[in-house]
Amino acid sequence: MLKDVTLGQYFPGESPLHRADPRTKVVLSLCYIIALFCVKSALGMLLCALTLVCFHAASRIPLRTVLSGVKPILFILAFTFLINLFWTRGETLLFSWKFIRIYREGIVTALMMAVRILLLVTGSGIFLTYTTSPIMLTDAIEQLLSPLKKIKVPVHDFSMMMTIALRFIPTLIEETDRIMDAQKARGASFSTGGLIRRAKALIPILIPLFVCAFKRADDLAVAMECRCYRGGEGRTRMTRLRFSPADYLMMLSGVLLIAAVILLNHLPVGIAL
Amino acid sequence: MPSFTEPVPLIEARDLCYTYPDDDPSDDVPAVKNVSLKVYAGEHVALLGHNGSGKSTLAKLLSQILVPQSGDLLIDGKSCRDLGENELFDLRKNIGMVFQNPDNQLVATVVEEDIAFGPENLGIPSEEIRRRVDEALDAVGMREYARTSPHMLSGGQKQRIAVAGILAMMPRCIVFDEATAMLDPSGRDEVMETACRLNRERGITIINITHHMAEAVRADRVYVMHEGSMILSGTPREVFAHIATLRDVALEAPAETELLYSLNRLGGAFPLPVLDADLCADLIAQKYRETRKNG
Repeated sequence: MLKDVTLGQYFPGESPLHRADPRTKVVLSLCYIIALFCVKSALGMLLCALTLVCFHAASRIPLRTVLSGVKPILFILAFTFLINLFWTRGETLLFSWKFIRIYREGIVTALMMAVRILLLVTGSGIFLTYTTSPIMLTDAIEQLLSPLKKIKVPVHDFSMMMTIALRFIPTLIEETDRIMDAQKARGASFSTGGLIRRAKALIPILIPLFVCAFKRADDLAVAMECRCYRGGEGRTRMTRLRFSPADYLMMLSGVLLIAAVILLNHLPVGIAL
Repeated sequence: MPSFTEPVPLIEARDLCYTYPDDDPSDDVPAVKNVSLKVYAGEHVALLGHNGSGKSTLAKLLSQILVPQSGDLLIDGKSCRDLGENELFDLRKNIGMVFQNPDNQLVATVVEEDIAFGPENLGIPSEEIRRRVDEALDAVGMREYARTSPHMLSGGQKQRIAVAGILAMMPRCIVFDEATAMLDPSGRDEVMETACRLNRERGITIINITHHMAEAVRADRVYVMHEGSMILSGTPREVFAHIATLRDVALEAPAETELLYSLNRLGGAFPLPVLDADLCADLIAQKYRETRKNG
């Protein structure tokens, strides 16, 4: 039952976006997020949306997958929309009934906010999680943060921890399933009773799970030591990340997007807010 | 002084003692006491013992995971006492270790990344790592699983990946610390076949810690441990001749020897030990014909 949980939501593929250097994709997503927060004009927003559509086409991820990623945030989306709709005060009153007043500015702000969140969620999926394997992502983050090593931030250790955590997620899920079965065989029930009773039923699962996890950690530490692991110092990597011309183009497009958005904010065209 | 005729052992243990640190040091029982052994390069050695006999502790001492409280360990005739961190590191890469639980020794989320882990730690250039990983995958016959995630593999396959991960570090000796204990019979065969082939074809020294007698029979030499001490050593034939001693320490001889031993007690008079199933069958058949002839 727990096996159905898909983590990271990575969809293996051979599209240009899949093949791009993971560092490029991290930089590109950062540019995209900055652009989305800078945008103040409808034209700018349209540009962001168009960029996303282009990259989505390049990623060859089915549209349905992208849209299903929006489902969990529908509530937040609706909530933000309504809050902005009712609470923004402006000059042009469009509708008034008892204490509810809706201004033209309110509608614009609400729409912009909703589109912004929508683009943010679908964008980070397309740029990062759908097209980049978790291990590539940790590699990219380690390399991008490597300047921080100069001020003694343990960047390598963090990325090693991330890798090990990702490696053991399926193992621990399997183990949880096994422990649950074992407790069920002894007559435990996890789906009856009130909230407190159900929470209490989790204790006999969590304790063995923790004990096993510590045992695993111990074993793994010995095995790693045996394979001569002694931290990031003097360590080499099998796959060296390399930027291709396409990577530079993609990063350039990210920077251009920010520039264009800021430029459009100051142009008298479209709806300035 | 080693004489000129006798080669220097790859690993030599001299009176090793180890006691696990405990809260109360007064009633500590040593896990390994006064163990000496010699393993020569290219040998296949089996280390037998019941649970808690100290054989796993000995394995950790041999691979320098644990430091003995007394006694000495010599690698290539060089003492490992009072070595600095860097010298230990250099020695450790000569002796790889495969552990019992296949899940708890794989580090990465992709098979080939995991095999690359060891050589990456040694600081080997990228191209060389790539070459070694491919070669190690071929050596254990897992080339087609290079991009798979370890949790999709069977137990025997995971152990083969663990072996490949050690192999990519190009050690001279691999210690199997009950590496087949958690596997099903087919997984056990997979791992043992791989180990024996590496020993045969590449001359890699194998130390196999086990309580499966069928595995011990395939070794050149067998050591038996009991309560931290080495009680028997010799070729499989020599060791399994001491069937009564083995039974005293809750071990069994290989099935063939056990069978003939039982028959001997009924007056069989078979020569012991017999380590080969065909030979065992022939002996019984021969005996049967003799008895029939004599009426």
